[in-house]
Amino acid sequence: MSAIAPAKSGSGESAVAPARSGSGSGSGRRKSKLGWNLLGLLVFVIVGFPVYWMLNTAFKPAKDAIDPDPSLLPTALTFSNFGRAMDIADFWGPVARSLVVSLAVVLIGIVVGMLAALAISRFAFRGRKVVIVGILAVQMVPLVAMIIPVFLLLNDLGQYDRLTGLIITYLTFILPFTVWTLRGFIVNIPKELEEAAMVDGCSRTGAFMRVVFPLLAPGMVATSVYGFIQAWNEYLYALMLLSQKNQTATVWLGNFTTKHGTEYAPMMAGATLMAVPIVVLFLLVQRKMAAGLTAGAVKG
Amino acid sequence: MSAADTTTPAKVPPPRPAPPPPSAPRRPRAKAGSAGAGTPWLLLAPCLLILVLVMGYPLVRLVTLSFQKFGQSQLWGFQPAESVGFDNFTNVLADSEFWSVVVRTIVFAAGCVIFTMVLGMLIALLLQRVSGWVKTLINIALVASWGMPIIVATTVFKWLFDADYGILNAVLSRLPGVDMIGHNWFASGPQGLAVIMLLVIWGAVPFVVITLSAGLTQVPKELEEAARLDGAGAWGVFRYVTLPILKPIIVMLTTLSVIWDMGVFPQVFVMRNGHPEAEFQLLTTYSYDRAFVVNDYGQGSAIALITVLLLLGVVAVYMRQMLKIGEVE
Repeated sequence: MSAIAPAKSGSGESAVAPARSGSGSGSGRRKSKLGWNLLGLLVFVIVGFPVYWMLNTAFKPAKDAIDPDPSLLPTALTFSNFGRAMDIADFWGPVARSLVVSLAVVLIGIVVGMLAALAISRFAFRGRKVVIVGILAVQMVPLVAMIIPVFLLLNDLGQYDRLTGLIITYLTFILPFTVWTLRGFIVNIPKELEEAAMVDGCSRTGAFMRVVFPLLAPGMVATSVYGFIQAWNEYLYALMLLSQKNQTATVWLGNFTTKHGTEYAPMMAGATLMAVPIVVLFLLVQRKMAAGLTAGAVKG
Repeated sequence: MSAADTTTPAKVPPPRPAPPPPSAPRRPRAKAGSAGAGTPWLLLAPCLLILVLVMGYPLVRLVTLSFQKFGQSQLWGFQPAESVGFDNFTNVLADSEFWSVVVRTIVFAAGCVIFTMVLGMLIALLLQRVSGWVKTLINIALVASWGMPIIVATTVFKWLFDADYGILNAVLSRLPGVDMIGHNWFASGPQGLAVIMLLVIWGAVPFVVITLSAGLTQVPKELEEAARLDGAGAWGVFRYVTLPILKPIIVMLTTLSVIWDMGVFPQVFVMRNGHPEAEFQLLTTYSYDRAFVVNDYGQGSAIALITVLLLLGVVAVYMRQMLKIGEVE
C-alpha cells in the first residue's frame, strides 16, 4: 500500500506543473507529451498489475509461486494449476448453478424491466414520478442491510437453499438497474419515429416492434450482459441463502482453502477461470453501458 | 447471453395485447385517453409486484425486527417474537464497540471515496494528454480491473499481500535496507483496512475515470480556449471551466461511491477468511456478525437500519441529481 499509493498521487501532482509551461514552444510540447506518456505508462502498470499477477501465478508451476525470490516475468508455462483448482472442490456444479441463476435473473429482469421501462419513459400518467423515485430509491438500499429479513423471508417461504429463492432475491438489484438503464436507452429513441410509423398505419404495438425494438436491441443486449455479470458476481446472498453443497461459483472461490492451507497457484487459476469470461463479456458491453449510463448527465 | 438475447423478443409480445386496440385514439400518450390510462400501470405491474415482495416486505420486516427480540428460538419457531420497544437500539447505541465501528466505517468510506474521486479525476485528465497508444493501454487495464468480479479481485489482493510469498513483500524487500518478508499486513486493523481500502479503490477508480472521461469530451473546447486567452492557467481552466461543467457527474459519482463504500462487505469478509476480527469490523460486517454469529437478529437489524438512516442524506442528494437529469428528456 504505502509503496503504491503515494507514488501515484505524488507523481500526479508533480506532473501538473509541466502543463502550464508546456504550451509554449514545439519542443517543449513534445517533451511534456513524453512526460505524460511516462506517467500514463506508470498508471497502466499499477492498475494492470493485479490482473497480470493473477495470470502470471495461474500459469506458472506451483513451486515457482512460492519461490521466496519470485521472478516478475513469466517462468515456465503450465496448465496444471487449473486441473488442481477443479479437483480441490467440485467446480462445475457451482459454475452450473451460477449460470442457471444468472440467466434466469437476466431473462426475468429484462422482460419485466422492459415493460416497466416503457411505462415510465413513453407514458405520461399520474404517479409516474413516484414510481421513478421509488425505483431509484430501491436501488440505493444497501443489499447488506437487507440480508437478515431476506434470509428470514426465504426461510419462512421454504426457499432457503433453493436456487429459486436466490433468483427472486437477485431481482431486487437487477430489476431497478435494468429498468433505469433501459429507460435511458428508450428515451434516446425519438418518439417521432414511433409516431411516424403510427401515422403510416402501424398499431402502437406494431410501431414498437418494428421501429423501437430494433433500435433498442443493442441496448437490451448490453443491459442483459451487464445484469448477468452482476448476478454472476454476487457473493453475500449466495453465501447466506445457499448451503455449502449448493454453493455458487463466487462462494466456491471465496472458500478456496485446502487442508494444506491456501494453495495460491491453484487459487489464482480458479480466479482466472472466474474472471476471464466475465471480463470478456464486460469488454463487449462496457462502451455501450458507459454511454447509456451517462447519456444526458452533462446536460443536466 | 445468447439465450437472453434470442428469447427476449419472443417473450415480450404476450403481455402486449392488453394495451389499447389500434382503433383507440391515435396518440394515447400525453392525451391519457380513457382507454390508455391503465396501460402504464399494467406494464408496471409485474415489476412493482416483484419489488414489493422481495424489497418492500423485507424492508418492513427489517424495521419490525429491529423492535423485536428475535434469536435462535424465534428463528426455529419455538417462541413467538416479542416486541421490546427501543431496547435493541438503546443496547446498540450504548455499546462503545458500536461507536468505534461507526467511526471506523466512516473513516474507511471517506478514504475510499476521496481517493477514488481524486485519482479518478487525475487519471481522466491524464488520459486527455497522453498519446493514443498509451490511452488504449490504460483503458484496457481500467476495463479489466473494472470487470473483475469483486471476489476475484479480493483473492488476488490476498495473494499480492500474502505475508510469506506475496509479491509486494518480495519487491519491497529488494529495496536496500528493507526486509518485509513475513510482514503480515493484516496483523493490525488500520494497516489491514488500508489494504482493503486500496482494493476497493482499485475496483472503483475505472468507473469514475471512464465516466469522467466521457464527461470531459463534452466540455466545449472554445470555453477552455477563451479562459486560456483570458490568462487562466491550467489550474484556473480546470477550476472555473471544467469543474463546473462536470459538477452533475461528480455529484452523482460521489454520492454513488459513498453508498457503495459504506456497503463494503465481501472484501472484508473474504480477506479475513469469513471471520473479520474486531479491529476489521465495519457496520456491514458488524450487523452480519450480530445477526448470524451471535444469533441476535433484532440487534443486527437495528444496526442495519441505522446504517440505512446514515445514508439517507447522501441518497437524497443523489436522487435530486438523478431527477434533474431525468427531467431533461
